Amino acid sequence: MVQPAQQIAAHHWGMTVDVDRCTGCQACVVACQAENNLPINLEEHFHQKRAFEWIRVERYWEGEFPNIKARFIPILCQHCENAPCEPVCPVYATYHNDQGMNVQVYNRCVGTRYCANGCPYQVRFFNYWEPVWPEALRNQLNPDVTVRSRGVMEKCSFCVQRIRRARIEAKRDGRAVADGEIQPACVQACPTNTLVFGDLNDPNSKVSKLRNGRRAYRLLNDALRTEPNVYYLARVDNDEAEVAHG
Amino acid sequence: MQQHRELSEQQINVQLLNGTLATPRWWKWAVLGLLIIVLAGFSTFGFMINKGLGVTGLNRPVFWGTLITTFVFWVGISHAGIMISAILRLTQAEWRRPVTRAAELLTVFSLITALSFPVIHAGRPWRIIYWILPYDFSRGIWPNVRSPLVWDPAAIGTYLTGSILFLYVALLPDLGNLRDRTVGWRNRLYSLLSLGWRGNSRQWRMQTTAGILLSALMLPIFVSVHSIVSWDFAVTPSVEGWHSTIFAPYFVIGAVHSGVSAVVTMMALMRWLWKWDNFIRPEHFDALARLLIVVGTAWFAFTLIELLYSFYTLEAQELAFRDMQIFQWPWAFLFIVFLITGFFIPVPAWLFKRVRNSIPWMFWTSISVNIGMWLERFLIIVPALSRKQPFVYTWGSYHPSLTEMMMIVWSLAFVGMNMLLFARFFPLIPLFEQKEAQAFSSRIQIGRASVPAVLREQEQE
Repeated sequence: MVQPAQQIAAHHWGMTVDVDRCTGCQACVVACQAENNLPINLEEHFHQKRAFEWIRVERYWEGEFPNIKARFIPILCQHCENAPCEPVCPVYATYHNDQGMNVQVYNRCVGTRYCANGCPYQVRFFNYWEPVWPEALRNQLNPDVTVRSRGVMEKCSFCVQRIRRARIEAKRDGRAVADGEIQPACVQACPTNTLVFGDLNDPNSKVSKLRNGRRAYRLLNDALRTEPNVYYLARVDNDEAEVAHG
Repeated sequence: MQQHRELSEQQINVQLLNGTLATPRWWKWAVLGLLIIVLAGFSTFGFMINKGLGVTGLNRPVFWGTLITTFVFWVGISHAGIMISAILRLTQAEWRRPVTRAAELLTVFSLITALSFPVIHAGRPWRIIYWILPYDFSRGIWPNVRSPLVWDPAAIGTYLTGSILFLYVALLPDLGNLRDRTVGWRNRLYSLLSLGWRGNSRQWRMQTTAGILLSALMLPIFVSVHSIVSWDFAVTPSVEGWHSTIFAPYFVIGAVHSGVSAVVTMMALMRWLWKWDNFIRPEHFDALARLLIVVGTAWFAFTLIELLYSFYTLEAQELAFRDMQIFQWPWAFLFIVFLITGFFIPVPAWLFKRVRNSIPWMFWTSISVNIGMWLERFLIIVPALSRKQPFVYTWGSYHPSLTEMMMIVWSLAFVGMNMLLFARFFPLIPLFEQKEAQAFSSRIQIGRASVPAVLREQEQE
């Protein structure tokens, strides 16, 4: 779904996730929840398997006891260039914008949930119930972000409201958006700098350098050719690294 | 093969209009019972709109469940009409005559029911009109023609339009007949609907031509409708269990299997309810059962090929999906029931002439096929979504809620009630087809035996 016009667009947002740095602390999950007006996940929502986590930390065990290792991998919307969710939506509620982002238009969504079936990363969330917040938390909602109604899909937006704000401020001041100026909530909250966000069109940005490194790979891209804009940096274990260097 | 008893035209009129000019005693109670279920179904739909889709058992990763299964099921049933009325008409199978209208009618009502399921299962059904109609000219946003969910209404809408036209064209001579036999408001209704049918030779010629043309025009739909429904699944590369190139022919042959079986069920019911023993003969069941043996075996071959293809790749998620589908409780149980009811009970049974000629046997085996066919779709949709990709962290499962079960019951009652209502106002067996068959039939001497034969239109002129 790459249009020729997108190649010359000013920005192409992307993210790198350094799996080697992730400690599985879930700070990104909480930050996202607060920033993006996600409904409160109660115990019953987990039991119903309907919890909302635009970014989640998946935990896998590797090896057999006693040589067992916990592996953490944060998974968020991969903002695929060839997004399988986009062509299946009958009403264009999800589409690719000219800055490499997969965006969701809540007003258009009729809730067929076809996009969620199409998504191999399972990062789309359906509002099965009308989201409700406790009275005390009503004033905590972020005024920059739409509160979604029941019956629509939602997903990670790369904190599009922050991108918009940074671009507007840069335009007002007559300058370009600086690298690192935009930080989605998860990136901002990450204590180990696992997540790095930036402009992939800028060859000097931190994210560009990281994704051109040897450790970079993309989830399921070999099998499905989804061309995600989120790059993962492979884990390097000390013992394995020694073997590699030795 | 003796396909009907020799009856006078008067006898045909009297016997075939026994449910139309008079009300059978059971009719009121049957319609009332079904009406209660239908109203309960509409209330359930209202409940779903009021509370949201949280009242279903759907979750993440299983975003589609029994509602979509039932949608596919009814589209499958709708293949009854096209198989019986178009293909058998063009191949000039004489035994199709008494069941053409009922099959076509089943098509119309099952398509309407099928179309309502994507609406019921959407998050915001009140906005569903966006699907098929270009809705905002000023903003220039049109429906996404790349989405199979836009192809679906187009394919099903075409089929529905064609089927209604077909049904109506074939109804014209009988409407004229009814008009001449009724008084009061019913007379006015039939006069209006019969479009001035007088039964002169020009009208007959046009009616016959229209029927043949519509049959030919609808032939492509035979392939397209269920292929397109199968592409709802097959074009999704992310769901390993759905992304299969043989889905289109596999679904089409499965649809014929369930559609023709539904016709058999309906023929048995018509024979029992309206006592049309003179028109729906064991020979008709025999002919349909022979057809079903071929169709059912071909469908089973596709089922096996599909399994073979999936094991051919040896991909982790595909194996996990098949493991869940075939070996894990309760899916394993459903899988065995699916194989037994869909193939291993009915098809071997139909090999016996006594089964093919026994109406109770044919009734129950055809019901069995449709239980199996519903389970087939369910076992494709849900386990495939539960084991979508190798990230085991997001694997899940699903069980339908009472609300969803109620909608399945509603769909059965809705189709049944509409059929009964139709039968009260229009004859279910075409009168003119019976008379035509009788006019064309003759006997040929072969040695000492006298064999029934059919005279064709051309030979008559």
